[in-house]
Amino acid sequence: MGNTSKEFDIRLHVLVPKHEVLPKEEAREVLERYKVAPHQLPLIKSTDPAAKAIGAKHGDIIKITRNSPTAGKAIAYRYVIER
Amino acid sequence: MVGVSADTIRKEVRKLEGVMPESVLKELESGLLRVGRERAITREQLGEIIDGVKRAYAKATVEPGEAVGTVAAQSIGEPGTQMTLRTFHYAGVAELNVTLGLPRLIELLDARRVPSAALMRIYLKERFARSREKARALAQKIEMTAVEDIALQTETDLINLVFALTFDRSRMRRREMTPSQVASAINGALKVETRIDGNKLRIKPATQTLSELRRLAARVKALPLRGIKGISRVVVKMDGDEYVIYTEGSNLSEILAMPEVDQTRTVTNNIHEIEAVLGIEAARNAIINELVNTLEEQGLEVDIRHIMLVADMMTTSGEVKQIGRHGISGGKASVLARASFEITTKHLLDACIHGESDKLDGIIENVIAGQPIPLGTGSVELVTRREGEGGHK
Repeated sequence: MGNTSKEFDIRLHVLVPKHEVLPKEEAREVLERYKVAPHQLPLIKSTDPAAKAIGAKHGDIIKITRNSPTAGKAIAYRYVIER
Repeated sequence: MVGVSADTIRKEVRKLEGVMPESVLKELESGLLRVGRERAITREQLGEIIDGVKRAYAKATVEPGEAVGTVAAQSIGEPGTQMTLRTFHYAGVAELNVTLGLPRLIELLDARRVPSAALMRIYLKERFARSREKARALAQKIEMTAVEDIALQTETDLINLVFALTFDRSRMRRREMTPSQVASAINGALKVETRIDGNKLRIKPATQTLSELRRLAARVKALPLRGIKGISRVVVKMDGDEYVIYTEGSNLSEILAMPEVDQTRTVTNNIHEIEAVLGIEAARNAIINELVNTLEEQGLEVDIRHIMLVADMMTTSGEVKQIGRHGISGGKASVLARASFEITTKHLLDACIHGESDKLDGIIENVIAGQPIPLGTGSVELVTRREGEGGHK
């Protein structure tokens, strides 16, 4: 794949868990389930390399599937902020 | 009596997805399947076991209002008292400088910009990882070589106003460089006249003044001839069944851009670099790994949940923040909480100037005010509606 000189896909790195932008509908469900406003979630900058890699924009909620040593798999959410 | 089939067990366990974490389900499933092979499990028993596991899991979860932060702080702090205070150790990898023990722990929690001993572990793509020669050659390419590194001695000739450099032939041979290469590199980068004279290289400053000569001397010595900026030493080491390059100094973005490098596994111990190149989630993982390794290396066992909580706190804002004055503790909403931590007068004075108010809804504020703290059972508040005010909806 396009693995020439400067460009590489950071999503393949072992330290980077799976990031995905939640569709608006699911994002609303998440906020409702935890009874929180978006900015009460953990945040992620829109300039974050992982956020950029999946094309997340300000206002999106990113679903992160982490490999957890205790839970096996753990789902976390981050709200995309400007900057 | 016939027991339930393996398929039924799998199906019943899968029903718990979302209720219990993946790892618990896997353990439950494999346990049930194992027992099911030895003796029959009736449907009733299966239900009982699953209910029992559910109860046990619920019991093991943290209760609302539990002071997890305080527990984490204590659980990391106590073992911390047993750590070495010495800053440096030449341990782990041969000849590489590694910060260990308490200094490293403090450095991580303080989220220092640059670790006192930056270190990279560079994995290589298959065909480089198998061959010692190829790994060596690549290591040579990565290691930064400045003019100073290949010079036996340097002198500033104040009479003729030239800077003279004596080549160290053996070092140059090892790095496969020739005098003319060095001369042209200096020539190209600094735009000065150079002349090779036997084993010496004479460099004339652009203007014939003493100050210019001095400046030139410093610039020539530091001029990088090849390698990657920041990588000062490299060591090739066999790790399992492959060759891995360890470096002193770190430059993640440039190393990852090299096609020979395995871009999926190569790491640095500089958390901020990981944040910048791989993002905040990668930084969180890196913090966890580094903390666990630091504690483990000292033979201390701290439950990883405490460490994960610390890493979560350090990264919730979207950037890596330290635990302390300029990070978590300094960002608290309450003036009293901030003032009770460090630099009391500054916080109180600033709060007065800005006319801040304190809502007294944290722990520390309420301890200071002598009120019950909102923790555990204290975090529950009752709101009642009296009759005549509408009652319940």
